[in-house]
Parts: sequence; C-alpha cells; structure tokens
Amino acid sequence: MSKTKMKKSKRFNNDAIWGYIFVIPILISFVVFTLYPVIDAFIVSFQKYKPLTVEWVGFSNYIATFKSTLFYKSLQNTVVYTIITVPLSMFLSFAVSLMILPFTKKQQSFFKAIYYLPAIASGVALSFVWKWIYDPLPTGLLNSILRIFGISNINWLGNSETSMLSLIIMALFSGFGGTVIIYIAALIGIDGTYYEAADIDGASFFQKVRYIVWPMVKPTTVFLAITGVINSFQVFQNAYLMTGGGPDNSTTMVGLLIFNKAFKYFEYGEACAQALILAVIIAIFAVIQFKITGEGVEY
Amino acid sequence: MSLYKKYSEKEKGKRTFRNTMIALFLLILGLTTLFPICYMIISSFSQPIEAGAASYSIIPKNPTLSSYKFFFDFSKYSFRWILNSFIVGASVTVSNVIFASMAGYAFAKLHFPGAKVLFFLIIFAMMVPYQVTQVPLYILVSNVLNLQNTYTALIVPSVVTCYNVFMAKQFIGSIPSALIEAAKIEGCSQFRLYVNIILPLSKTVLAVIAITTFMGNWNNFFWPFLVTTSESMQTIQVGLKNFSFANTTYFAPMMAGATVSALPMFILFFSLQKYFLEGVTIGAVKG
Repeated sequence: MSKTKMKKSKRFNNDAIWGYIFVIPILISFVVFTLYPVIDAFIVSFQKYKPLTVEWVGFSNYIATFKSTLFYKSLQNTVVYTIITVPLSMFLSFAVSLMILPFTKKQQSFFKAIYYLPAIASGVALSFVWKWIYDPLPTGLLNSILRIFGISNINWLGNSETSMLSLIIMALFSGFGGTVIIYIAALIGIDGTYYEAADIDGASFFQKVRYIVWPMVKPTTVFLAITGVINSFQVFQNAYLMTGGGPDNSTTMVGLLIFNKAFKYFEYGEACAQALILAVIIAIFAVIQFKITGEGVEY
Repeated sequence: MSLYKKYSEKEKGKRTFRNTMIALFLLILGLTTLFPICYMIISSFSQPIEAGAASYSIIPKNPTLSSYKFFFDFSKYSFRWILNSFIVGASVTVSNVIFASMAGYAFAKLHFPGAKVLFFLIIFAMMVPYQVTQVPLYILVSNVLNLQNTYTALIVPSVVTCYNVFMAKQFIGSIPSALIEAAKIEGCSQFRLYVNIILPLSKTVLAVIAITTFMGNWNNFFWPFLVTTSESMQTIQVGLKNFSFANTTYFAPMMAGATVSALPMFILFFSLQKYFLEGVTIGAVKG
C-alpha cells in the first residue's frame, strides 16, 4: 500500500519536473516579451524619454493625452471604423456560410478557398492594389468603372469625406474569409434533428435560420464579435500604408496615432500612456460586449 | 433533416435550379473579393512604364516579365529580402512548433503546481494590445541591446507565441489520458512520451501552427520595419514598401513586387489548403 503510494508520488514529482522543463521556453518568452514590456510601458508612461537620461513627469503624459483633440478624433475614427466593419463583415460571412452549406464537401472547400484567398496576401501587397483601385485620376480603376454609370471623378483617399469609407470598403473586401470558415464549422455542428422537428412544424427557411441556426451559433458570434472589435481597435497598417492618417486626420486611428507619437516624434512616454489607455478601453469594451451578447452562452 | 428544403427525387430539377442560383451568387461575390488579387497578378505582366504616360488596360496586350526585372533591379538586395523572409519565417516556425507543443502538452496533461496560474498568464498575454509592448520592446532591442539589423532582433521576439501554446493545449487536451497512462506503465519516460506519442498524435495542430506562424511572419510588416534600417537585413514586406515609396508612379513593377511577395503564400495555400482552412477554426469553435 505504502509502496504504491510512494511510487505514485514519485511519479507525480517526475511529471511535475518535466512539466516545468516543458514550459521554460514559453515562460522566458512571456517574461521578456510581454511581462517586462507591459511593466516598462507603465513606467515609461510617467517619464519623458531622452536618449541618455529620463525625466519623471508624473501624470503629465496622461493629462496631455486627455487634453489632445487629436486623441478623441482618432478614438472617434476607430469607433466609426469598428462599428461599420465588424457587424457588416460578420453579417456578410454569416449569409455566405449559410449559402455554402447546401453543397457537397468538395464544393464547400472550393468556395471556402475562394473566400479565404484574399486573407493570405500581405497587407503591404494589398495596399498597393487598393491604392491603384482608388487612384484619383480618371484612369483609376474605381473611377473608370463609376464613369460608366455617369458618376464623376472622386479623389477617394485624398478627400476627408470618402477616405474613411475607402478604408472600410477595403477592410470588408479583404477580411471576411476567415469568419466564413469559422461560421461554416459552427453550422455543420448543428444537430440535424432540430431541423427535422422544425420541418414537422412546417417552419420556413427563414424561421429555421431565426429560431434554430442563429441561437445555435451564438457562441461563435460572440467570439467573432469580441475578437473582431479587439482587432479592429488595434488597426494600424491599412491606415498607415494607404492614407498615413490623412487627409486632415480623417483616417487617423488610435493605433496610428500611437505609432506616430512613438516612431515619428519619439515621444515614448506619451505613446505608452496612450497605449495603456487604449488597452483599458479595449478591455472595457470586451467586458461590456461579453455581458450584453454573452448572456446564456456557455463556454 | 437539414436546413434547406429537401426535394424528392421527382423535384430534382428544382433542387438543381436552386443550387445553381446560389452557386452563381457565391461565385460572383467570391470573384469580386478575389478581384484585387487577380488584378495584381494580371497587371504585373504589363510594361514597366509610368502610369499616365499611356493609358493602361486591365489585361496587358503584350504580356512581359520586364516589370519583374524592373522590381528586382531596383535594389541589389531584392533577393536578399526574400531570403531574409525565408530565414526568419522558417526559424520562427520550427521554434514555435517545438516550444508550443512542449508547453501545450505540459499544460494539458502534466499536473504541476502553478500550472493554472501560468496558463492564465498566457491567456492574459494574448489580450495585451501590441501597442502597449511595442515601444518598450523597441527600446530594449535597439537602444539597450543594440540588436538592430540582426536576425536575432527579427526572430527572437516571436520564438514562441502565447497563441500557439493556447492552440496546442486545446488540441493536446483532447488526446485520451489513458494512452499516456498506458505508456507510463510501460516505463516510458516523459521525454520519450512527448516525442513518440504526443508529437505524432498532434500532427494536425502542429501543421496548423506551422502554417499560420510562417504566414504570419512572412506577411509581418510592422516589427521588421521597426528594427531594420539597413537594406540588406530587411524582409520582403519592408523592401516592398521601400520600393513603392521610391516608385509610386510605376504601376506594373509595384504589382510585380506585390505578386512576388504573395506568391510563396499562394503556393503554400494551394498545396496545404486543408490545414489552412482547419487552422482558422481550431480554438474558435467550441468542440
């Protein structure tokens, strides 16, 4: 009895030792590349950073941020961008995945591949193409298409009224393939007996979608909505490559604002303060969203 | 039985009609989203002339590779950029597969004190916006350690990511523990267990980790852009951006460069499509 117990505890220890050995790499990586930077960002946010010395400035970086109209403007831009892109792209993917469902497995893979393909090209490559699509000259692609319909030339990226719209269209075009695939996986997981019961009750297609499919894929929808919002709040690359935030800061997102503060003006302290504020905003958003949409969802 | 109306054998024509209509719609929408990529590839075969000098048409009249030549002639390091991207991508991929599977196994199957807390920290790390860590990391790498323009700076920060550990843990958790117990009773050491049992059984998730990691690093622009100042150490994405800043009016060569940067991913996608599509869903759908 005691012998087996001893053996068991010895084995447990052995397992534990290997457990620690196996997590060493990720732990080192976590400490050096997440924990240390987070703490350091906190420290730097109270400093004015100069190449050789640092100066403690208290809360002035935070105060400067909250006083800056550009910060609110970029926050507003980010929210507008998020509120339009995330729900639209989710609706589009939900509709598309419903439509892919009646096909055979092979046909489904074909459609999945088509819709996923734009997501594998790099953002830099895509930004080239989209710049030429939005080219302001009459020879620009979008402008020449619109001319057929009698719409006169538009300076898509160079006009503060259309610049945000242009970025949103670009995001919608290149972003929803991954969501389609996730939705299809969730749709396939729905038990056929639900539909059978609905058929007996004479439910229409749209009733089935409304009362069976939509509630059944709710966990997936919540997951996609939350990750979508989190990613969208951090958006930087498209704004940086396409418009540089312009014209007149109409496309300056928070991510770009922080980048400019840090790597254009070298105001590390203020950049860190803004980044931490952004992190808090994202966290609050995620929690609220989870509370509203996540009711009754079990993980 | 299913969401869509079942048609009896007699009504086969109706079903074919419905499915054709849906397929047609899906194709049109799909081709619209694919259009920018097709446009990029097709127009990369045009002549490298300045836009506006001649009106360019979507389909080049005389397909030519001279725009590719123009792109590669721009910098003597253009092949080096591709090589750099491969070196960085390959190293990061290998290290992630190894380290993420090790940690995933430990968190899923080995009960050690503190495992729960550590795993929670990893989830926490996944939620930190990169804007928070970017400045301190940049200061650390380029000002403190002076690692600018080195492979170390490009590779080490992504040597193993929390996201990959999370994916590996989710997958390895579904491997039956009885299998592991049986191997242990046979006297298999933990290390051999990991190499001979866990790794072969986790092939799917490891393939997914490998592909997404390679793709993520290949397409990554931000970090390489920050830590490389000399052209010889830049990756293809950074080089591409330099090229575009110097040649904004040369339309076809820019498309050629974009195609060059996207081509390896397309090849990878078409040869390993299954894992690409599977990779998106692991961890996202409760299963």
